[in-house]
Parts: sequence; structure tokens; C-alpha cells
Amino acid sequence: MDDLYRANILEHFRDPHHKGVLEHPDASYEDISTSCGDRIRIDFAISNAHIADVRFDGQGCAISQAAASMLTDMLPGLSLDQALALDKQAILDELGISVGPSRQKCATLGLNAMKRALAGDHWVDEDEEDF
Amino acid sequence: MTATMSGIREATDPSCTPTVTATATAAIAHDSAIDWRAVKADFPIFDHEVGGKPLTYLDSTATSQKPRVVIDTLHEFYSHHNANIHRGLYALSEAATAMYEQARAKVARFIHARSSREVIFTRNATEAINLVAYSWGRANIGPGDTILITEMEHHADIVPWQILAQEKGATLAYIPLDPATGTLQMDKLDDLLTDKVKLVGVVHVSNALGTINPVEEIIRRAHEVGAVVLLDGAQSVPHMPVDVQALGCDFLVFSGHKMCAPTGSGVLWGRRELLNAMPPFLGGGDMIRRVTMQSSTYAEPPARFEAGTPAIAEAIGLGAACDYLSAIGMANVRAHEVAISQYALERFAEVPGLHIFGPLDVRQRGATFSFALADVPPHDMASILDSEGIAIRAGHHCCHPTMFALDVAGTSRASFYIYNLNEDVDRLVAGLHKAAQIFGV
Ligand SMILES: Cc1ncc(COP(=O)(O)O)c(C=O)c1O
Repeated sequence: MDDLYRANILEHFRDPHHKGVLEHPDASYEDISTSCGDRIRIDFAISNAHIADVRFDGQGCAISQAAASMLTDMLPGLSLDQALALDKQAILDELGISVGPSRQKCATLGLNAMKRALAGDHWVDEDEEDF
Repeated sequence: MTATMSGIREATDPSCTPTVTATATAAIAHDSAIDWRAVKADFPIFDHEVGGKPLTYLDSTATSQKPRVVIDTLHEFYSHHNANIHRGLYALSEAATAMYEQARAKVARFIHARSSREVIFTRNATEAINLVAYSWGRANIGPGDTILITEMEHHADIVPWQILAQEKGATLAYIPLDPATGTLQMDKLDDLLTDKVKLVGVVHVSNALGTINPVEEIIRRAHEVGAVVLLDGAQSVPHMPVDVQALGCDFLVFSGHKMCAPTGSGVLWGRRELLNAMPPFLGGGDMIRRVTMQSSTYAEPPARFEAGTPAIAEAIGLGAACDYLSAIGMANVRAHEVAISQYALERFAEVPGLHIFGPLDVRQRGATFSFALADVPPHDMASILDSEGIAIRAGHHCCHPTMFALDVAGTSRASFYIYNLNEDVDRLVAGLHKAAQIFGV
């Protein structure tokens, strides 16, 4: 359990990177977890099909907020295709922990918001694909 | 454990009148003193560890655990008495019908109803409220009328009234919550209780805050303006003596699964005059007197509101749960929860940065504690406690308006019931210290 709250996660939770909103985002999406109410909004500045800038804002548990913060570190400079290719495992690797099914939704909340922002509403959340 | 199989057979055999003592257990040791450790032993879920730790179950507000006598009642029913009710002309069906109706009588006694004809079996409290909103509400609420509820309601006592108000052009008004005390702002009642108010819906004990609301006063004053009062007893009926005649409410709803009974068992109690005048809820078999090609006449209550095959075994299980709780005594249940709440509040005071929502006076609250520990998010709190075998709930507890009033996204919530002991409080407090340490608060 103490593993679930490794120092890097708590650092990102306490001092999140790229926190805030962009004034005129080229793409933006806010995702709310219906099960726990956690909320992540993610804004993008896009130029030449590459991510020029990113901000996230939100509220919720340490896992969802730290995972979103870590995600934003990975994104600047990526092409949209590269960003959309990021999967759940990439986030879990970054978190460096194994999370149970009830917390996976927390870990991927920011990722799903990003995919919706970049791919539009056609995107299906990773967790929904199983159904 | 003296809740022997013979005792249970006696309780579920319709040919003999079951007595409350038939389900009395070792829990009742000497005189009226209750051995709460023996009560806990009545619940098989605690026989096994969860993830190598003893289970510390602090989520009875969501659903209670089930005593062996209730589990055995289901097994017994399906093994020896299973048949559909109210239709069969054979012995098995007659026996099952008698058991189902005996369960209704047990529920009626449990809440001190005048008659078991006032007890309608539903799936849960939610369905019971929807029944009232659909049947009584559509017949009695019109444009310009007001439905008055509180900011402390569970979504089950909000959404059905929103649907009704939207359909009828009625107004939905709220008695506000004072976030500082976690109590209703009763001084607003004068302004809110106009003669436009046709129904008042109020939660007896809050599932989000533990607050016991002054329902006697609300009922009295609602009746002064001619309004009907629906009491949401989901968190009171399992935990304290509730007497519908003494309270004077018009409807009472509660869920069996929160009071030791199976899921799928719930109750709507209504005053007979009101029920008699109400149109049906669901249409189908068992709720009619006579069906012609174009129209039907309806059965008397309670059958009028129980269309289709009901949850027979579950209702009989609820009857067994009423017997079980009655054998302990609801006053004793309440006394136990007051004692454990007192102890919990003392121990909580030792935890730096811990904030308890709702009243701090045990006379004003049930044993449900919403809390915040510094800025530890509730979801993380639940995960950390889970790793210690402690089951709590985190989030909005189906009470968004309460959370808005408190200006929080959610809370962590620990609730205690008859199988909890002071050592569960100790485990929780140890878990809180662990969370504080992990989060560096
Ligand atoms: C106060 C209150 N009302 C209504 C309900 C709804 O109960 P159910 O989900 O069993 O219908 C609950 C359940 O949490 C509750 O606590």
C-alpha cells in the first residue's frame, strides 16, 4: 500500500506540473468520473499537428491528479498521433505502481480526457472497451 | 450461538406462530445486557479475514451485513417452502403465502403500524419513494404546488420529486442545511411552509452526516399547513426504535438490506386512508380485482401496489431480520450506537487535522461519521484504509446538494452498526494515523 503512494506520486499531487488552463485552447476536454466524482480538464495548444503546450486542471484523488500531472510532462512536442498512441500501460509505467481495478479509472482519467480532447467524442474510454 | 436450525424452522414454519424468542441468539446473555461480541459472532462474514486482515466493516450505511439466521431463512425457504404466492391452491403455495404475509405482519409490528395492510413490499427505499411520487404525487400535485424537501436528502428523495415537479409544473423547494452544524435551518421553516406545500420529504437520519433531524416538529408543522409528510427512514429504522403512529408521519420508506435483511427487500408504509385513495404504481398480475378488455378494477392495498411476483424469499428474510433486531431490542441497538459514537468522538479528537462533519453531540446523531483528514482526498483515504482491512465509503454518498452546502466534493465516511465494537474504532484511528503519515499531514 505504501507502494501505492510512492514519493513521486505524492510530489506530483502536492506540486502538480502544468496546472491551470489555457486562455484559448485549440483542444480541450473535461472528464468527470461518475463513480468517484474526480474531475480533470485538459487544454492543448496545437501547432503543425504537434502539442505545443498543455495545461490540466482538476480535483480528486492523489492517483488521478498525479497521473494527469505526469501525463502532461510526457506530452509537449509529441505529434497528435504519438499522443493518441499512449495507452494505459504508459501511465501505469510512469506511476510505477500496480493499481487494482477500482483505481485504474483514477489513473486513466487524465489520459481519457486527453484522448477525447484530441480525437473528439468518437474516442471510447479504454475502460469502456471491455464492455 | 443458539440460533439453531430448529429455532429457525420454528420461525419460518407457517403452521406454527413464530415467536420473537425463536430467533433470539446467544447475544442476549444475562437479563437485558447484550453481549455485543456474541452479536458479531452471529454474522458469518466476520469468520474470514480479508486480504490477511480481519474485516473492519464500517460501511453499514450503504448496506448491512447479514446474520446467520437471515441467511439460513433464505436457504430454508428455497429448500423447503419455495412456491409462488397468492395463486396456488396447493399446500406449498399456501405455506409460502402465509410466510410472506407473516413477514408483512412482522414489519408492521417492527414500525408499530396499525395494520399490516399498511405495509407494502418494494425492492428498496428508492422504489418506495418512486411509488409515492408516481402514484400519490401524480394524483395530488398540480401546477403551482410546492414539494418541500431538504438539502440533506439522498438522491432517492430528490430525483423522483424533480421528475414529478417538472411533469406537473410544481416547485421543488429545499429546507437549507447549516454547513457549520450539519443540521437543518429550522428557522427557515416558517417562510418555507406555505399553504402551497403539498408534500414534505425529509430524511429521518442523514446518511451523509449522521444528523438526526427534528422530524416530529417538521411533521407537526407540515400538518398545520395540510401537507403530507414522507419520512425517509433508510438510516433510522435499522438503528433506533421507530414508531410511525407516535411520529405521525404519512409515509415511511426504508430498505431491508440496511437492516440485516437481503437485498431486494424494502418497505413503503403509508397511512391506510392515503393508500386506499391512491392509484396503482405498476400494472400487472396480483394487483387487480378484475380485468376486462379495456379496463380493470384494482385490488385493495397492499396488493394494489405489489404487481407481479414479488421478492418472496427476500421479504421473508426481512421478517427474520425484524425478529433478530427485535430480539436484541431496538433501544439496545440505539444505546450501543450511542456508546460507540461517544467512544469514536473521543478517539477522533486525538487525530490532528481530522474534521468531523455533522453534530458532535451523540444525542443528535447516528453512528455515521463523515470526515476529512487535512487534504487527504477521500478516495485515497478509502484505499489506504482498505489496505488495513477497513471498509469505508468515499465520495458524495448520493447527496450532491449536501456536498454543495458543505462546499466539499466529497467526504470519507465510516459507519458503525450492531456488530462493530470499540476495537473497530481503534483500528480506524490507527488507519487515520497511517494515512496522515503517508500524506505527510
Ligand atoms: C437516507 C437514504 N435514503 C435512501 C437510500 C436509498 O436506499 P436504496 O438504495 O436501498 O434504495 C439510502 C441508501 O443509501 C439512504 O441512506
